[in-house]
Amino acid sequence: MVEAKIHIDKVSYAYGENWVLNDVTLDIAPNSVTVFFGPAGGGKTTLLRLINRLNDLVEGTQMKGRILVDGQDIYNSEIHIPTLRRRVGMVFALPLPLPGTVRENVLYGLKLAGVKDRSRLDEILEQSLTQSALWDEVKDRLDHLAVALSGGQQQRLCIARSLALEPDILLLDEPTSGLDPISTRKVEDSLFTLKEHYTVIIVPHSIQQAARIADKAAFFLMGNLVEYAAGTELFTRPRKKKTEEYVTGRFG
Amino acid sequence: MSRYRMQRLGFALLTLISLVVVAPILAVIGIILVEGMGAISWEFITAMPFDGMKQGGIFPALVGTLLLTLGTAVVAIPIGVGGTIYLAEYARDTLVTRCIRLAIVNLAGIPSIVYGLFGLGMFVLFLRMGTSILAGALTLAIMTLPVIISTAEESLRSVPTEFRTVSASLGGTRWQGIRYIILPQALPGIITGIILGLLRAAGETAPILFTVAAFFLPRLPQSPFDPTMALPYHLYVISTQVPGMPIHIQHGTALVLLALVLSMNLFATIIRSYFRRRRQW
Ligand SMILES: Nc1ncnc2c1ncn2[C@@H]1O[C@H](COP(=O)(O)OP(=O)(O)O)[C@@H](O)[C@H]1O
Ligand SMILES: [Mg+2]
Repeated sequence: MVEAKIHIDKVSYAYGENWVLNDVTLDIAPNSVTVFFGPAGGGKTTLLRLINRLNDLVEGTQMKGRILVDGQDIYNSEIHIPTLRRRVGMVFALPLPLPGTVRENVLYGLKLAGVKDRSRLDEILEQSLTQSALWDEVKDRLDHLAVALSGGQQQRLCIARSLALEPDILLLDEPTSGLDPISTRKVEDSLFTLKEHYTVIIVPHSIQQAARIADKAAFFLMGNLVEYAAGTELFTRPRKKKTEEYVTGRFG
Repeated sequence: MSRYRMQRLGFALLTLISLVVVAPILAVIGIILVEGMGAISWEFITAMPFDGMKQGGIFPALVGTLLLTLGTAVVAIPIGVGGTIYLAEYARDTLVTRCIRLAIVNLAGIPSIVYGLFGLGMFVLFLRMGTSILAGALTLAIMTLPVIISTAEESLRSVPTEFRTVSASLGGTRWQGIRYIILPQALPGIITGIILGLLRAAGETAPILFTVAAFFLPRLPQSPFDPTMALPYHLYVISTQVPGMPIHIQHGTALVLLALVLSMNLFATIIRSYFRRRRQW
């Protein structure tokens, strides 16, 4: 087996004294789409936000275990967090365009990283918007305000914004939960093309979506990793009873 | 009584109340305008007073107030805005920061004469600045800081947290998020607070009474260590301390002070709406 891109090793996590992840261990292969699914409150978002250390922003938390990216412990004190976050991109459940234009949004991360070369910026702008399947729709209004876009376009803009940093890993937390079916379709399509170049972890907003896109799938329940297997297997022949109940909709 | 008539009555009552609130303000402005207009002339604004201030102009007082306001701004804006950024964006919620917040809230309610006495003890006497523009501006700055800090903190907190999260997720340091997203969004509110604070500083008498203001000093200050005349104190002096002062000079002085304050206010409104329009996300 190829070396794991992400190695999550016995991770437990608490907000205050409320443990929301319990001893989670899983390996994520490079250039694959991994789905984290399960009922709300299972700890999926939390786990995602641990992989780019975004939960550092939350005060009063405790963590046990290790997370390795490319074999490197990202909670090591020598890690430069902005660099890590550029390598591990994230898209949130709600489209959150920053103030400013389409162009400013896509190039925000590069501006922070100090990239100034105009022609390179233009190139990345077009490339990331093309990858997120938005270029054709916005190429004539790159300097319009991002909020003027539709919700679906905004979300693809957020994907482009992450892609502009050329990350290796992309974390997507229910990226289509606020979108209509057509926009959802477009976002999903753009994800398919992404997995050739990126390691994608996605929390889907429905089991159907999970089954459509998963190479591997992990089922989370109340902070526990119940089952982790290839998507084809987990959605058709789940081994654990809880997984089966959830997948077939008899959960509750 | 029918519901409709109740509503009509309610509207009438509210209109009446609004009039009662606005009427005195309009009356004050009107009287000052009518009575003071006659005194205003180029000479009144640009000449030194003489003959026991019964003749000549208010030039040194006007310049003094402008200098004091400028000095206050120079001291209060960096400290106020910088301190607020620290409090709102960096400081953790500890006992110390809570005490600081409590102190700021309470400082805003302290009578201005107390600031004046503090300035006298601290800057004029203890730090040996003497009655000087420096001592006066520092005293006014201390009085202004709570206003600047509380409005600025309010504006920073009203910027959605998500922007900070997004900025961090794109590799932004905390400072970059503040610099590029949070501050630009909060700017209209921060500027409003600054101007409100400076307005108060420009119009106050008590804090400058012992720290800088001169009763009669018909020349311009040469350095920050000089005392100076100032409009509010000058107005107080010519209204109560000089017998036989022509009333149109009092009104004229009041008019200049009022115009100064109102134009600053107008300026603030213009800046604010300019930034508001640019904001839209
Ligand atoms: N910032 C936070 N502070 C306190 N508790 C939180 C916070 N974020 C999430 N939680 C709690 O952690 C648990 C897991 O939440 P989350 O990771 O969002 O799960 P999921 O994404 O699977 O719905 C929930 O019980 C939630 O209430
Ligand atoms: Mg979630």
